[in-house]
Amino acid sequence: MATRVLDQHQAHAASHDEKTGLWSWITTVDHKRIGILYGATAFLFFLIGGIEALLLRIQLGSAENTFLSPDLYNQLFTMHGTTMIFLAIMPLSAMFFNFMIPLLIGARDVAFPRLNAFSYWVFLLGGLFLNASFLFGAAPDQGWFGYANLTSKQYSPGLNVDFWMLGLQILGIASLAAAVNFFVTIVNMRAPGMTLMRMPMFVWMSFITQVLLLLAFPVITVALILLMYDRFFGSAFFVPSGGGDPLLWQHLFWIFGHPEVYILILPAFGIVSEVLPVFSRKPLFGYAAMVFSGVFIAFLGFGVWSHHMFSTGMGPLADTFFALSTMLIAIPTGVKIFNWIGTMWGGSLQYRTPMLFAIGFIAMFIIGGLSGVMHSSPPADLQQTDTYFVVAHFHYVLFGGSIFGLTAGAYYWWPKMFGRMLNEGLGKVHFWLMLIGFNLTFFPMHFVGLNGMPRRVYTYPEGLGFELLNQVETAGSFVLGVAFLVFLVNIFQTWRKPRNAPADPWNGATLEWAIPSPPPEFNFAEIPTVHGRDALWELKRERGGTLPEPARVSGAGIHLPNPSYWPLVTAVGILAFFVTLMTLAATGIWPVIASFALLLLGVYKWAYEPAG
Amino acid sequence: MLLRTVARCSSRWVTALCLLALVLAGCSPENYPQTTLLPRGDFARIADDLLDTTVKWAILVFVLVEGVLVYAIFRFRGKPGDPEPHQTHGNTTVEIIWTVVPALILAVIAVPTVKAIFETNAVPGKDALTIEVIGHQWWWEFRYPEYNLTTANELHVPIGRMVSLRMGSNDVIHSFWVPQFAAKRDIFANRETRMWFTAEVEGDYPGQCAEFCGIQHGRMAHRIKAQKPAEFQAWVAHMQALGPKPAGAAAPPAPSPRYAEGEKLFTAKGCLACHSMVAVNAPKGMVGPNLANVGGRSYLAAGTLKNTDENLARWIRDPQGIKKGVLMPNLGVTESEAQALVAYLRAHK
Repeated sequence: MATRVLDQHQAHAASHDEKTGLWSWITTVDHKRIGILYGATAFLFFLIGGIEALLLRIQLGSAENTFLSPDLYNQLFTMHGTTMIFLAIMPLSAMFFNFMIPLLIGARDVAFPRLNAFSYWVFLLGGLFLNASFLFGAAPDQGWFGYANLTSKQYSPGLNVDFWMLGLQILGIASLAAAVNFFVTIVNMRAPGMTLMRMPMFVWMSFITQVLLLLAFPVITVALILLMYDRFFGSAFFVPSGGGDPLLWQHLFWIFGHPEVYILILPAFGIVSEVLPVFSRKPLFGYAAMVFSGVFIAFLGFGVWSHHMFSTGMGPLADTFFALSTMLIAIPTGVKIFNWIGTMWGGSLQYRTPMLFAIGFIAMFIIGGLSGVMHSSPPADLQQTDTYFVVAHFHYVLFGGSIFGLTAGAYYWWPKMFGRMLNEGLGKVHFWLMLIGFNLTFFPMHFVGLNGMPRRVYTYPEGLGFELLNQVETAGSFVLGVAFLVFLVNIFQTWRKPRNAPADPWNGATLEWAIPSPPPEFNFAEIPTVHGRDALWELKRERGGTLPEPARVSGAGIHLPNPSYWPLVTAVGILAFFVTLMTLAATGIWPVIASFALLLLGVYKWAYEPAG
Repeated sequence: MLLRTVARCSSRWVTALCLLALVLAGCSPENYPQTTLLPRGDFARIADDLLDTTVKWAILVFVLVEGVLVYAIFRFRGKPGDPEPHQTHGNTTVEIIWTVVPALILAVIAVPTVKAIFETNAVPGKDALTIEVIGHQWWWEFRYPEYNLTTANELHVPIGRMVSLRMGSNDVIHSFWVPQFAAKRDIFANRETRMWFTAEVEGDYPGQCAEFCGIQHGRMAHRIKAQKPAEFQAWVAHMQALGPKPAGAAAPPAPSPRYAEGEKLFTAKGCLACHSMVAVNAPKGMVGPNLANVGGRSYLAAGTLKNTDENLARWIRDPQGIKKGVLMPNLGVTESEAQALVAYLRAHK
């Protein structure tokens, strides 16, 4: 901790010690920069996914609409789901994993800085690959879970499924590499005194998420390889005419897919668990229960996958098992919700923007959780599944849950990441527009679904009664669009402000608020020693309530990893490998081998370059 | 007005939600012909009863938990200069209670759930009417083995008699959804799935495919005509007369002037290659729907168009323009040829 107090001007001047320029960003291995890269890229993809959604909503705004052709509609709904899950929510979470985990645990970087950069570049290239499909008029159009045997070559002869299959494979590599990195970082690099049960809750939830990633992604990797063999080499894993079974795809996909939804929500759980205590001015209620419920959810999350398959006729024993396991998982989830409310209870609640989004998260997630419980009963689910009722459910948990939580994190950690506070007034407008727009869009879906509207339909006829609610939903989606415009305005205006946010604008409980905003490249001048949870509150109590603004000291003598371009080269090798795999029939095996050679070169040079 | 609307929502607990949704002016299930909330068959009632149970608890939990949250938002609002609140870390008793109580509520939902799982998976008895459902991209084939009948897109069932559905797909996964009488069950190319129901109220009921199956998934609707048993038997008898004509029998008089021309065109244009015109002993695995009684159906192209002469002519001339990607090609049928074909098909009721 700083022992002398610099005045603001000196602190500001000393902060410009980081390299600037495009090359410094391309070769960066600094977790904070990689975090910003993830965040900016993910946010752009999120806006693309949002525009896709608005187009869908325009089409559904009236019966028998011809705004979108059926094939374009099917591409847009597939890409909306795929984009939001793999290119928006996961990398937005990765932004916070990257920027915040080392700071929260008192470390200077992650365990493998170049692997970290590699993950980002693979993600970027994978996202570009997936979206490049639009340029060929062949965007994926088989739904984000790509059920066989619609995805077989016979029924999907075009490039659409190939883009999806290979794009997801690329993204899986990015996720697995990052998961290894953060797992090792959290296990090995915590500050002295920070036992597992003293870690900030965001670190705990992120830790559990990395375990889920490591165990779930290999399953989808295998499933996608089997699909590739079916499509490219004539095997019949999923093709009935060759003796294969489409249901096998569903099992493999959902064994991945269900843990995936916990991967999507746990980081938001963690963020909300950071924000609520700070803005309630009291610690998280039931820390141990929060840890164990998170672990239990993750573990049990591998035992519920066939609740996505209740309509496939698995038989009463399978239906019963998965119904019961799904109901069981509601218990630790409920425990978390009660603990969050318990955190607020008896507190002194500060309604700043991060808190508004955190409370909004709780309110919306309760609804999503309840509709989830309604799905858990197979006979009832036989009416609900594949209707807009499910669409309502998962948007309440993914948007009302993950997006609200991630937005809370954005407002909360913005000053730390960028040295500027987002505008409170605009933040509140953003919140209210988002809350109202979100509910207008998705609440009616519960009703139109139970009243007979199936999902993934590019239009609906007159006479089924769907028009009114769909119009309301479409209107709501545009309110949401305005909410995000307000956010963009806020971001832009904030960008132009001077970089003079204080180190600790919120009276935070965790270590990141002890260092300047934004942090110097080395994060901590001295690695702190931790004596309990809410380490910074402890420290502030010892020092009479506040800490002085930390000085910007030079990082002389602190060893940091060198920048490197080999992670990018390796990532390019991976992209080339998959592109040439896709064109295998036309271009043959040699480009594939050449790409693999590039990949190996990247890895070799990376492994042998001096650490600096 | 409010009370009348509430009374019409027959499901008790969904009524409460209906009240809420009246703000959005969209609940009353009577306005939705495809609704799952007005069960008119036994299977659907099992599903609806479970929905009722879970909704009741969901509303209770919602009101309680959101209520506590909203209370906390107002009660514990911080004011400037507030002292630091009591730094509570937890409360073991409370935490145990709020773990056990949800578990109990879930147990209460689990018991009727498991019972219903076994009920809905039961195999109907021998007196059930077996109907085979075969899903195609993007239409429905229905076969009655008991009567040796085949039809498409419009399913006739007798009320008061259990129907046993034995289902499969000709191509990709589809899902047969009968919200008023049953629920939905996915159908596959490599295995049979089953569902059953007893229709209780006669009428004309829409349904549609509920598993994304390609470009025209959105236009794969069916209709169920639930009829009094006598009327259903009359329909069966009528359909059984739509068999192949015995060899050497005199041709029946042409129903309309252009019928004969249409009949010739039906072969000349290649329609017969994909569509069978006989309901009895119809061949299996046809690319296109059986048209033996197409003239009398309510809709064309699996619910895409109302079955008028004008629509039928449009469909014959330009299926790709109406239902892009459908397996029926544009055959270069002229306006005049279409009229003849309409005359031919319209006579097949």
